[in-house]
Formats: sequence, C-alpha cells, structure tokens
Amino acid sequence: MKTGKIGVYVCHCGGNISEVVDVKAVAAFAEKQTDVVLVRTNEHMCSELGQKQVADDIKEHKLDKVVIAACSPQFHEKTFRSVLAKAGLNPYVLEMANLREQCSWPHFDFPEFATRKAKDLTDTAIAKARLDEPLEKKTMPIGKRVLVIGAGIAGIQASLGLGDAGFKVHLVEREPSIGGKMAQLSRTFPTEDCSACILSPKMADVPANPNITLLTNAEVENIDGYLGNFEVSVLKKPRYVDMNKCVTCRSCEASCPVKVPSEFDEGMTMRKAIYVPFDFAVPYKHIIDESQCLRLTKGGKVCGLCVKACPHDAIDFDQKPERVKFTVDTVIVATGYDTFDAATKKVYGYGKFENVVTALQMERMVVRGAEGNPIRKMGQKIAFIQCVGSRDEQVGNEYCSRICCMYATKLSQLLKRSDPSRDVYVFYTDLRAFGKGFEEYYKRAQNTGVKFLRGKPAELFENPDTKKIIMKIEDTLSREILEFEFDLVVLSTGLVPNKGTEPIAQILKLSKSPDGFLQEAHPKFKPEDTLIEGVFLAGTVQGPKDIPDTVGQASAAALRAVRLMNQEAYTIDPLAAFVHEEACDGCGLCVSPCPLNAISLVSKLAKVNQTLCTGCGSCIASCPRNALDLQCYSNDQLAAQVKAALASKKKNETRILVFADDMTAYRLADNVGTAKMTYSADSLIIRVPSGSRVTPKLMLQAFAAGADGIFIGDSEQKSSPYPHSAAVMKENVSTVANILSESGIEPDRVRFFEFVTVMLGGFVKQIDGLADYCKKAKPIPAQTRKALGKDINNRLFAEDRKESIQV
Amino acid sequence: MKIPYYPGCSLKTTARNLEVSALASASTLGIEMVEIPRWNCCGTVFSLTSDDLMHHVAPVRNLVRVQEMNRQGIVDNEYRLLTLCSMCFNTMKGSALRVADNPDDLDKINNFMDREEDYEGNVEVVHLMEILREMGFDKIGEAVTNPLGDLKIAPYYGCMLLRPKEIGIDDPEDPTIGADLFRALGAEIVDNPYKKVCCGAYHTVADKNLVIDLAYSILSQADKAGAEAITTSCPLCAFNLDARQKEIAEKYPEFKTMPVFYFTQLMALAFGLGEDKCMFEGNYVDPRPLLRAKALLKEGS
Repeated sequence: MKTGKIGVYVCHCGGNISEVVDVKAVAAFAEKQTDVVLVRTNEHMCSELGQKQVADDIKEHKLDKVVIAACSPQFHEKTFRSVLAKAGLNPYVLEMANLREQCSWPHFDFPEFATRKAKDLTDTAIAKARLDEPLEKKTMPIGKRVLVIGAGIAGIQASLGLGDAGFKVHLVEREPSIGGKMAQLSRTFPTEDCSACILSPKMADVPANPNITLLTNAEVENIDGYLGNFEVSVLKKPRYVDMNKCVTCRSCEASCPVKVPSEFDEGMTMRKAIYVPFDFAVPYKHIIDESQCLRLTKGGKVCGLCVKACPHDAIDFDQKPERVKFTVDTVIVATGYDTFDAATKKVYGYGKFENVVTALQMERMVVRGAEGNPIRKMGQKIAFIQCVGSRDEQVGNEYCSRICCMYATKLSQLLKRSDPSRDVYVFYTDLRAFGKGFEEYYKRAQNTGVKFLRGKPAELFENPDTKKIIMKIEDTLSREILEFEFDLVVLSTGLVPNKGTEPIAQILKLSKSPDGFLQEAHPKFKPEDTLIEGVFLAGTVQGPKDIPDTVGQASAAALRAVRLMNQEAYTIDPLAAFVHEEACDGCGLCVSPCPLNAISLVSKLAKVNQTLCTGCGSCIASCPRNALDLQCYSNDQLAAQVKAALASKKKNETRILVFADDMTAYRLADNVGTAKMTYSADSLIIRVPSGSRVTPKLMLQAFAAGADGIFIGDSEQKSSPYPHSAAVMKENVSTVANILSESGIEPDRVRFFEFVTVMLGGFVKQIDGLADYCKKAKPIPAQTRKALGKDINNRLFAEDRKESIQV
Repeated sequence: MKIPYYPGCSLKTTARNLEVSALASASTLGIEMVEIPRWNCCGTVFSLTSDDLMHHVAPVRNLVRVQEMNRQGIVDNEYRLLTLCSMCFNTMKGSALRVADNPDDLDKINNFMDREEDYEGNVEVVHLMEILREMGFDKIGEAVTNPLGDLKIAPYYGCMLLRPKEIGIDDPEDPTIGADLFRALGAEIVDNPYKKVCCGAYHTVADKNLVIDLAYSILSQADKAGAEAITTSCPLCAFNLDARQKEIAEKYPEFKTMPVFYFTQLMALAFGLGEDKCMFEGNYVDPRPLLRAKALLKEGS
C-alpha cells in the first residue's frame, strides 16, 4: 500500500487561510507531486458540501489516500476520518496539513513566507500519506466484572452503583466491617445529618445486593494483567468465628477476659478481644482479634472461655487464612485516608497532656455523649486548633486538607448546642468555607457565639495542678497577644494518605502526586482515571475530600469503569508500537525502557502487548536494529516527513524542525496561531505522540537532510499522558548534542522544552530563540552534514552498548 | 582530642564560671580546648537591610584562624571550632553555613578581607554539648565521682542552641540533649514545659520588665514542675534568669529564687574537680546552700 492515488484538498477557510496564503499556488504545487491524482480547493472543506466532495471523489476517482490542507487536525481530523469511513476507505489513510493555526495565522504578516511554508506543510502531509497504512482500531474483549478496593463510603457508593447497573462487583475491605471513617463521625456538615443514620442503610444494601461479593477482613495481595483481564489474589484473614453460625448474641464478648482500646472509639473506650466492631457493623458478626486473644497469642488450650460461652458453637480456632482468586475487567481503588498522627506534632502535647484530643476523638465523644453514654467530661472552655498536619511544611504537608475548617465549625456547633454556656474557640489559619452552604453555616456558627480567631499557637502547656491547657497566641487580625486556659483542646488533624494505599499503588504501578496521594490521569478531565487503563480512583485516595465530593467521585469512577465495560469489546486508536520481526534479534534492550512493561521477549523476539501499549514511542530509540516501530507515526513516515519539510530549502536559508507532542506542544502551537502571535516562518511543526518518539536517529537524519535546528516540545511531566517521556526525550537530546559537538556542530542547535498549553509566550520565545541562533551561527558545511548521515547507528550504539546487546 | 576553641567576650568577663568549669571538665574527659589566637567578636550584630553580608566578616575571620592553626600544626587536621556560649555558636555556625552554601558570598568576603588568607569554607562550628554527645553520655558517666544524687534539675535550652533547625543541635521542639547529659551525671531530671521559651535576650537592656516577666514564667514553671535548679549554656540566658531574680522577687512577692547553673559547672561538680573549678561564687543566686543541703558540697566550704 506504499504507492497510491492521493487526493489533496486545499481549504480557503473563508479567507482565514486564503487571505494570507496563495491557495492556488499551493494547489498547483500539490498537483506536481508524485502519486497525487487529484487536487481541489474549496471555500469551506468542513462544510457538508466539502465533505460530500471528498466522499464523491473517493468513489469516482478511486482515491486511496486523502490529504486535507486546512485547519488543525484537532478540529476536523475526526470529521474527515468518518467521511473516509463512510466512503468505504480506511479512516487512517487521512493526513491533514495545518495551514491555518500553524501557517496563515502566525505568519499573517509575511504572506510570501506563509505560502512557501504552506507548500512545505502540504508536501510533508503528502509524504506521510504516501506511507499511510490502513489500520484497525485495537479491539479487546471485555466483561462486566469490577474489583473495588476499600469499603468506606467511596467504595460503597461505587459498588452499589455498579451492582445496581448489573455489573459484578468484588468489594474487598481490610477491616472486619465496612463503613470506613464516615461510620465514626457524629454529624455531617453543613446540614448536620447524623452520619451513622445516613450511612448505615447504604452499608446494609451492600450484602443485600446480589451483584456484590463482599470480602471483609481481607487484603488484596496481588493483581496481574490489564484492562479486561486483571487477575486478583485476595488474602482472607481468619475471623475465628463461623459467620454462618454466629447470631451476634454477644455471650462470647461477656465471657472474654481481654480488654483492648477500641479502634472505633479512637482508643477512648475498651472492647474485648472477641468483639463486634460497632453496633451497625456490616457484617454484624463477631471477630477475634488474633493479636490480643489469649489462646491465639499463647497457643494450646489457654483460656477458651468464649468457646464455652457460645451457645451456637460458632467459635472456630482452626480457621486458616484463605487465598481467594478471581478475574475482573476494571479496578476501582478507594483506600481512603488516615488522619495525621497528632503525636508527631510534639509542640501540642498530644499523648502527653490528657486534655488534648484529636477531632476524630471529639467526634466519638459527641456521639457517645448524645447516646447518653459520655466517654469523659469535656469541660466548659474548649478550643479547636486548625491545620494540625495540614499546610505545615515542618511536618512535610504543604497541602490543605479541605475538610477541617468545616468539621471544626460543625463540632463547635454541636458542643454549643448541647450546652450553650460553653465557651468555644476556633483558632484558624484561613477559614475555608468553600462548599455549598458552607459560608452560611460558618456565619451561623459565628452568630451562636463560637469565637473564630486567626492565629496558630506555637506550643501548648499544661498547668501541672489543674491539667488545664495553657495557650499563648497572637490574634493576627487584632495583633494582640492573648493567653487562655482551656479545659479541652481539640486538634483539627488533617488527612494523610492511607498506609494501606502504598502496597496497592505498588501492585498496580500507580503514581503519586507530590502530596503522597495517588495521581489522577488529568486534574480536570480525568480526575477519576489513572494512567493505567482500567484502573480508577474514588474518594480521598486521590486527595482530601468531604463526603459529597467523595460520593461524587465514586459515582464518576463507576461511570468511567462502565464506559469501558458496557460494550462487547473495547476499541482504542491503533496507536501502538510493533516489531518488524525480521529485523529483531532478541537482544532485549527494548524491554526495560517501557514503563508499562508492555514489551517482553517471546521465543527470542520482542513482543509488544497491544493492550498495555499506549503508543508513546519511547522504546523505539532503544532498538539498534530499527526493529521497533510505531503505528500512525512510523519510522519511515517521520523520515519522509523530515525530508519533505526540508525539500524546498534554498542556500542561505535556515530551517528548523519542531517536533511537537500531540497532547500539549502541538495544541499550544495551535493556540499561539489562534492568538495571532507570530514566530519564525523558518520553523515547521511535525506532530508526534510524545517528545520521546523523536529518536536520535531521526534527529541526525534531519540534520543530514538540511535542518539547521531541531526543537522538541513535550508535555510538562506532571500533566503528560506519558510521564516518563520527558526523561527519555532529554536523554535523546543530550545524545544528539554530544554527537553534534563531536562533529564540530554547535550542540545548542538541538533543544527541548516541557510545555503546558497556556505557555503561548514561552513557545514563541523558544522557537524564535532557536531560529535566531541558527541564523546567526555559521552554516553547517555540506561535508559535515553528509558525514552525519553516515553510520548513524555506529555513533548511537557505542561499544559498551553493543556489548550489552550481546548479553 | 585537641580542638580549636573560641571563647567570646562573655566568657572572659561575666561568664568566667562557664569557661573555667568547661576547660576543667573537658580536660577531665581528655578534650584539650586550644583557644584560637587573635579572636574577635563572634559577630552577633544585626544585619543591615542594605547589606546582609557585612556582619559575616567577623565570624569568618575567626574561622580563618582555625585554618591557620591547622597549617601551623597547633592542631592536627581538626577543622571543628568548639564554642561554649550558645549565641557565639549560633552566630558563627550560621555564618559558616551561609558562606559554605553561597560561594559568591564567600568570594565577596574573601576579597574584602584583603589582609587575611582566604577562608576555604571547610570549618565546622560545634558546641561542647555536641562533642559530649559524640563521646557518649555513658562514657561521661564513667568520669563521675560525685554523682548529683537527687538534685532535681530542669534543663533550659533557650533558642540559640535549637533554632533555626539547620543550626540547632537537637530537635527544636523536643530537645533532650541536656537531660541526657545531666542524667549521666546522676541528677534527677524535671521536665519544664518552658524549657525552650525565650529568655528575653537583649531586651534586658531596653525593656527590663519584659525580661522579668519571661524569666518569672520560666523559673516559676520549673519550680511548679518540682525543679530545684535550672541549667543553661548561654551567658545571656544566665544573666536574664539569674541576675534578674532580685527584680523578679520585687515584682512577684511569692517568687522563690532558684539557682541557675551552667551545664559545665554541674559537670565539674560531678567530676569532683573542686570548688575553684566550679566557681559557684560567680553565680548571682548562690547555689551553695542547696548543694550543701544535698551533701554535694562539704559543710563550711
């Protein structure tokens, strides 16, 4: 399919192009190119008329490739692909020359240059089209099975949604009961619904849902595979109580002699070694704490009182850990958060002073108090200290935990309501009442007499006689130094990543953001996705959130999973690496560069897992034998594009090639054009999937073919769809710079930058900087260029690398 | 161990008791503190808005002396500079770090000091407490002949030994180095929650009242916690906490005076070095009655 009948369409774009570019001249130029059998111009190619013209021509003239020289592919590539498909042509034999955003708009003040560049762009597109292959979308079978890790409110919400929609859910929870942190809370802000009352029906729905398989007291041990085929191994720890026999009569509990601080009451009350986690636990069954039970720690026939006490013979000390294995199609990670360990902030004396407690302990005190079962006296004068473990670089947490301002406001309200004579203070850094109804709630709290003071105490002291807490603080609004003595100080501890998230992140190879929470695929448009296809995030595992946001994200994560699973087969763009098997010698050098582990050696040949590969192309530079290649952006195509882009270069002219990654740099260039900002018309942009796709070989070929400078624009690492790309790109650039320098060429002729799409000025500065530099530098002698083009491979794969090839 | 030693102005005047007891105690432990020649002010002056570099010249000159001593063979490859006064320690370590991290600043200072050899940036300023910790408090305990028994000590740290974090010798929020030392000397440790609270420093000159209030809260909290004496390593803290007790008692009638020791005085006492090395007569609140009552000093001495 390497030769063909190419149809070229040059668009006026209602003057947007034709007022700057001589469209007729471009069309005349295109007519002269090999393989081009038809050239047309049109006022609006994207109009129905224009589209029909293309479709008719495909049928009538038997076109097998189409080049549309018009606007940026980000607007109408999809449009014309479907035109091709409807006309019976493979949609991937279409190329677009970007004559508007990357030519007529940025070069509007130099029409001559713009017309010359428009021809180059069209030529480049034709060169690529010549080598276009019909491609099929990748298709993979996919089922309707989901693993949800963590059964807090996020995991529960996602599981119920998926279960109701008919998907099979495996919900795995590490603790003996589902419910998570929300089960411990008193009321929710700003509406003050009882947390347990709104949560417990949802918890009860979980085992009642026929599509949900619930595994509590269980941990995910391993996950292998990929979208549509995740093989999961879960370790179900023994409960030592037969759940089928136990009727939760609590006789065993009464008999147990071992008392342990209760996790549910944050260590402030005691539970037994055999216990029910809390009154609305699901499953509502006993469990034996194996780290505390006398028989399980001391062995033999010790104790065993519960065995005698149980009227239903439900206690079973012979239970062993059980490994459960199953396969799912998608995974939702909802492992939640931990509260910041207040004891590490030594200045507040938590753990040392009896009258300093955490906010979660306060939640429990409020709940127990309302139940008529007060845990301890709370006193009349109570202070909340905000931002304990949040916005505090001393403890390494720069971020805001988002919920503490509001939960402190809520607790202050509940304390005030149960005893209006109480004096309640909230010492804050900034009061952030960001959500619906929050500001109103905060105002209400102020009106009920809660004193909000801006200031953070440096240290707390205990009055050795009364055990009251002495606080010296600057009210930073009135600039007064104040001194208080409080009956109780509550530390509004922030949220930190759950310790249980770490092993899951390692198993699934999920990346973390600088705050330690898991990284979403895109902060705006894919906040539930991860960079691993088919793995999603729900709730605070991704960052601090309140309950509504957590529930919202959990439902969204479920939808993102459904979006993939609700079809027989899953299709994606054919963008993926492949191997020219006849060239591969099985050296294995390409295996480790792939961050997704998509490449493996199968009977001494490199094999690319098409499901795992996302098509960044960063593996390609690693192959010394040109055996690796990328669909949609093949080695031959890029080489042909480079050649075409430089074909019109005359003596004393300068040309720089800009390789721009599809996600950011290419769109940024479009944005620059749209803003009518100008940059050197000596530049020409070639679209690549990522900066790492531009191999040293391609760069050297370009210099040999006449390029004066090469620029690679990639996505800024943290927002890139390929986070590893920038590092590979840098290595490739420095390889080329070294070779240039050895050949007597300025190494500064090859440059790169990591962009975000709003860096319009930065883009112009970078391109103009390189263009200026190349213009001023001494031209590269033809002899030197020629030498560069020879034995590129020998230069790139030096002795030491050859050795490693043999190994 | 032979180590260059920088005394500073107070140690030759109001804080003789710190220097004398330190030299004697260190020598008992096999540390020979060699006073650096031609030392000048440690440089504890405020920086100017327009020139933040000038005040590092004085400390850097002192650091140059350490280089000289090594070159002249007075010490053998010992580029640590030992200090006793917390303020000197803080000022000089701050300067040493500043020029080590900012080569441009060092160049400027070297160019300015045209009659000195260039400072090469490799002197480490240390405090005696750090050297003791390095030796191991167990080992220091072995030198004790007169254990401090049930003397209830509240170690006071102040700010200069602890802050900023880059300079401090211990956890700025929860220091233990003093407690560890005095425990090795056999004393009973009392935790004073005000152990890091500012003594008022130079305000003692301009706003005596402020210092009186601060010193009062530090001392009375130590007393409430059950301490019989507090300790310091800083002549300025000592002045504010010790010399001001007369005025505190005038302002707060219920105030009970409390001896303030330099940490080195307690070492000299525990090592049995004799009163001439302890120099308790240099303290404002005489600690001798307390020590006699505890049988740590002989009656009539």
